[in-house]
Amino acid sequence: MSRLYYDEMQAGNGSVRSHYQPFADWLKRTTADQIAHKREEAERAFHRVGITFAVYGEDAGTERLIPFDIVPRIIPGDEWRMLEQGLKQRVKALNLFLHDIYHDHNILKANVIPAERVLGNTQYRKEMQGMDVAGGIYAHVAGVDVVRAGEGEYYVLEDNLRVPSGVSYMLENRKMMMRLFPELFGTQAIKPVEHYPDLLLENLRGVAPSSNEQPEVAVLTPGAYNSAYFEHAFLAQQMGVELVEGQDLFVQNDAVYMRTTRGPHRVHVLYRRVDDDFLDPRAFRADSTLGVPGLFAAYRAGKVTLANAIGTGVADDKSIYPFVPDMIRFYLTEEPILNNVPTFQLRKQDDLRYCLEHLAELVVKEVHGAGGYGMLVGPAASSAEREAFRSRIVSQPEKYIAQPTLALSTCPTFTASGLAPRHIDLRPYVLSGKTVNLVPGGLTRVALREGSLVVNSSQGGGTKDTWVMAD
Amino acid sequence: MLCRTANELYWMARHIERAENTARLLDVTYRMSMLPYEAIEPGLAWAEPWAVPLITSGLATEFYERFPQLTAENVLRYMILDTTNPSSINCCLRAAREAARSVRGAITSEMYEDLNSAWLEARVQDFQRIQASGVSEFLDWVKMRSHLFRGVTFGTMLRDEAYHFIRLGTHIERADNTARILDVKYHTLLPSAADVGGAVDYYQWSALLRSVSGFESYRKIYSDVITPRRVAELLILRKDMPRSLHSCMSFIHETLEILCDNDQDTTEMERAAGELHARLMYGRTDDIIKEGLHEYLMDFLDRIYELGGEVNKHFLVPTY
Repeated sequence: MSRLYYDEMQAGNGSVRSHYQPFADWLKRTTADQIAHKREEAERAFHRVGITFAVYGEDAGTERLIPFDIVPRIIPGDEWRMLEQGLKQRVKALNLFLHDIYHDHNILKANVIPAERVLGNTQYRKEMQGMDVAGGIYAHVAGVDVVRAGEGEYYVLEDNLRVPSGVSYMLENRKMMMRLFPELFGTQAIKPVEHYPDLLLENLRGVAPSSNEQPEVAVLTPGAYNSAYFEHAFLAQQMGVELVEGQDLFVQNDAVYMRTTRGPHRVHVLYRRVDDDFLDPRAFRADSTLGVPGLFAAYRAGKVTLANAIGTGVADDKSIYPFVPDMIRFYLTEEPILNNVPTFQLRKQDDLRYCLEHLAELVVKEVHGAGGYGMLVGPAASSAEREAFRSRIVSQPEKYIAQPTLALSTCPTFTASGLAPRHIDLRPYVLSGKTVNLVPGGLTRVALREGSLVVNSSQGGGTKDTWVMAD
Repeated sequence: MLCRTANELYWMARHIERAENTARLLDVTYRMSMLPYEAIEPGLAWAEPWAVPLITSGLATEFYERFPQLTAENVLRYMILDTTNPSSINCCLRAAREAARSVRGAITSEMYEDLNSAWLEARVQDFQRIQASGVSEFLDWVKMRSHLFRGVTFGTMLRDEAYHFIRLGTHIERADNTARILDVKYHTLLPSAADVGGAVDYYQWSALLRSVSGFESYRKIYSDVITPRRVAELLILRKDMPRSLHSCMSFIHETLEILCDNDQDTTEMERAAGELHARLMYGRTDDIIKEGLHEYLMDFLDRIYELGGEVNKHFLVPTY
């Protein structure tokens, strides 16, 4: 059955693709015992280092490891070049789109995107209209989910422009692989990713409000019980900046300060990993204890930069997603390099009818959903699950989109019954500041259940190291 | 440094030190419980050796709310594993690890990994396991984890503010705990008044010395029999004894001066630390004995508690 899908390692005739040859050779000459030993070593090290994520819906403070698979996902250099160009192009257009919809609305006036779809979107922040942000950049960090369906055939599944996470796993996975397989790194030219924190810091300093001081950057976290807390702490440490919570900050005369043992200390750039709604109880949700009263006023006054900007959610919303290729044409007058997945918008009568007739073949997602929650994978669902979903769609069709079930590529993965193909995706992290940049690679997520297409860690997904080969 | 970070680091260090000293306190109790004793009034629960760690830690009331009976097992359960006792060894190790987790960025990854693996081992402990491998063995493990953490801190950490807050927490906690351990002897009864200065008395003092790793040092310094006067001198006034009150206060005073280097005026915190340091630097053993060792230690505990309050006000819980 694996032959139905494109396998990253094996070609259709069973031969190993050339960029996987050194790894396949290693597999062949290594005994099952040695491999089991490597896998145990990896698990022990991840536990000790404490690379965990908190699981919502279980006891507060429950921490789990994301399963790590030692078979790398390898991308040939020429394919990466195409991906890199396509990702940069896409994120540039998305930033231009965000600037436009919070200023002149050109793309709406030109009827490229229906105005109500943007202005009536719950993710559109009216408070941001007419406000200038440093460098005109909104999505400083974008985690774009990409899948491969065939030879050279990549699709963008989602643009994550709010607070995309996972980059710490990209970095820790690489560290782990270099520790487990030094010989493979010694003999092959695998492009490094370790400079990501340096790029990020440079990028954040580049968007500081203009001032004479050396800009002070801090990472704003909801706190130790957030699912991605490990990552927040990790990035702050790697960049050498403070990790702050809302309670550590206060605003005076529209400037933001940290409470330190030597008195108040000014902050210029907040790499915030707190959602828009919780940032400032005075401007948004009044019951938020995670935010900083007055932060939005300081932001409006141009005394602090928030990365990502407030209101980016409208651009990665699933109801806007179908228009991204048009954005690229509109702002850059270029043809999109990366494909969108064809998307049915169930608010449309025709699309709705088609979807309800072909529910067993489609993937249905909530327009505002994320993290693999609230979605239906038609071919994998039971008929009872499909019927339950059907009635939800019928009652509120505008809340859903549907896409054909993509034949996600597979990558060999260690399972209870040995090496077997499992579906994967890829999330590269695109940084925008004075320039648009990304490190070669990203986070490869793998659906560990046989046949499953859902790679989210909250739904039992694992991760792999991603190797981009230098030519 | 963020006040919150300083606070977490300070308490991380205090919790590790407290876990170690609780192990030491249980260790001395364990040793003393093996010596002969006789309750003055039979049936009076507090006269038992196992009541002593509860009294010196100020936990007797809470203990009796949880456990109707004073037995070695109940005290060990309460002081090692009980999740309602915030000073139990397990709670301390957990609190230290949680604190470390919330300020990972301020410490080295080796330090975090060390506390994390200590907690991963501690959380699977239960009384049967501890008993099976021996209580002393478990207490030694706790001490060893604390040594390991101190070593990792000393060996890997930049000498920045974070380091000084850790050092401050360690020594404030240790000063408090050494005073409490020393006070154990006051609460531990001898078979009879005639035994003062006798064999049991001697063994009790030597057990106390061993519990604070002071037995060999005592021999080295005095090469003579163990007398209460000298034990008090060693654990209170000698600066070269790393767990003595003088040594702790000297670290605390020095650390506070480093942390306050940009302050203009001398604060109440610095004044109180300086005064307490001076009392230990220039104090005389005879005067302590004359005042009464127990009374002296109680007064010291009050003062170190107040100093902790000043540290809080000045650094850890900002008022602006």
